[in-house]
Amino acid sequence: MRRALSRKPRDQRTKAKGLRLFVAGVYGFLFAPIVVLVLFSFNDSKRNATWQGFTLRWYNELFHDGPVLDALFLTLKIAVLATILATIFGALGAYALTRYKFRGSGLYNGAIYVPLVIPEIVFAVALLSGFNAAGIIPSFKTIIIAHVAFMLSFVIVVVRSRMAGFDRTLEEAAMDLGANEIQTFVYVTLPFMMPGILAGSLLAFVLSFDDFVITFFNSGVGNTTLPLKVYSMVKFGVTPEINAISVFMLLVSSLLLLATYKLQGGPPTITVRAPGEE
Amino acid sequence: MTSLESPAAPPQSSAIAIEKPGLLSRLVGRLRGHPFAAANLLLLPTMAWLVLFLMLPLLVILVYSFGSRGTYGDVVLGFSFANYVKAFSPLWLPTILRSFGFAALATILCLAMGYPLAYFIALHGGRKKSVYLILVMLPFWTSYLIRTYSWIVILRSQGVVNTVLQSLHIIDDPLNILNTPYSVILGLTYGFLPFMTLPLYASLERLDKSLIEASWDLGANRFWTLLKVTIPLSLPGIIAGTLLTFIPAVGDFVTPDLLGGPDTQMIGNVIQSQFLSARDWSYGSALSFSLMAILLVSIYLYVRRMGSEDLV
Repeated sequence: MRRALSRKPRDQRTKAKGLRLFVAGVYGFLFAPIVVLVLFSFNDSKRNATWQGFTLRWYNELFHDGPVLDALFLTLKIAVLATILATIFGALGAYALTRYKFRGSGLYNGAIYVPLVIPEIVFAVALLSGFNAAGIIPSFKTIIIAHVAFMLSFVIVVVRSRMAGFDRTLEEAAMDLGANEIQTFVYVTLPFMMPGILAGSLLAFVLSFDDFVITFFNSGVGNTTLPLKVYSMVKFGVTPEINAISVFMLLVSSLLLLATYKLQGGPPTITVRAPGEE
Repeated sequence: MTSLESPAAPPQSSAIAIEKPGLLSRLVGRLRGHPFAAANLLLLPTMAWLVLFLMLPLLVILVYSFGSRGTYGDVVLGFSFANYVKAFSPLWLPTILRSFGFAALATILCLAMGYPLAYFIALHGGRKKSVYLILVMLPFWTSYLIRTYSWIVILRSQGVVNTVLQSLHIIDDPLNILNTPYSVILGLTYGFLPFMTLPLYASLERLDKSLIEASWDLGANRFWTLLKVTIPLSLPGIIAGTLLTFIPAVGDFVTPDLLGGPDTQMIGNVIQSQFLSARDWSYGSALSFSLMAILLVSIYLYVRRMGSEDLV
């Protein structure tokens, strides 16, 4: 603006050299800790500081560690059950929110964003207090209830973003051709929603599988999920076995992310709109 | 589309429903023309869940926060503001201020790293755009606990950084990085960087690139184009990213718990200890509510401030 005519950047690639370098640094920052974990999970040393040679010992120990395996199975059980509930409820809710324009839908939309914008720890202690006030002792069931409560919003957001691209005339065409509401839903709408539903459920599964804070407060005695197990092990000290568990958990999450990516045919972006946008 | 052939004969599908009035089809028939009822019915499970397991629990901690601690760690209901007075007393106020300070610093660092990153992916990503994006999403999808733990492996006194520095004879004694404010802010920044980057990317991606070219054509250089065109147009992403980073960072307790020390306690640690070890639930509830209230007010002010700005 000050100069009358500054030259328009001709070649993006050369011009963005500084930016490229900076971005490479940011990626380095994002992945250095993960690389370190993976490396040390194969390191033949208890002390975990210098490279002593390749070993699969820690993975072997991991798969023979009873309590860790119990924790893994409990985590999977919780994640599967909670995901099923949250997916069904969330898909129905997302369908209602996009399909119908009705009074009070703004209120519903607001309610869905509440779990996404309150700090997780407040959610966790509120649930714990709620269960306490109702005389419910934290148990396996309360973990499921808690997980569904925070997963619902994520499922709805993902399914709804898929529904945004839905051509309503397809439904009308089905009805014109003689299908009733249920048939239209099952054979036209549902197949279109399916990638969104699957993506939402995978995200829900990962959230449940990795959840620490909410489970930590609402698990009760003896329901040690894998993240709780990892937490107590970390509190005790750094061991190569924790690295192996970590790599295993990272692997599960990464595979599910890639699956979601394939399903949605694009990057599974979760964006929570800023208030005022839309 | 074989499925659609079956009810081909009767043009009005309801004819079938009358012949075989199953529960579901009767229900659907009744709801026809009542979108309000239909929508509410479909939303019922979700809303019931959110009311029972979110709204009511929040109400419970609001009620608890006016009570006091009983002899056995139970909650004695009452109506006193003592817990709130205590929360903002000189003893605890530093913890609240520290939480907001750490979270603010981490948010600024995330923005400083996330904006160039998102800008690069959205405008220079080219064909590898989705690969770049997946690489940002990967940490978002992986366990926060484990990503925090990885910094212990790196920063502790026998950790990677100290081992490398010592073997290169740059330092003699291990540096104390872990359990300091630095490690906590680093952990928060690392933990929430994807939360900042993804909304930024979404908004930069939607941005009309021809506006940037127009700015160049009109003689603005890169700096002024960024300042006057790109940043104002991506403001919704900046707002969303900042909130998505700041909110969980303020309330975080994993990072200060694992990477911090006694003098880096954040409000999340205090809430956790009030509920799980000190067993003063009413005070913990007051802290939780104060945290939410301060957050809501600051979000409101922030969005209003950012929104009212002149967007050239």
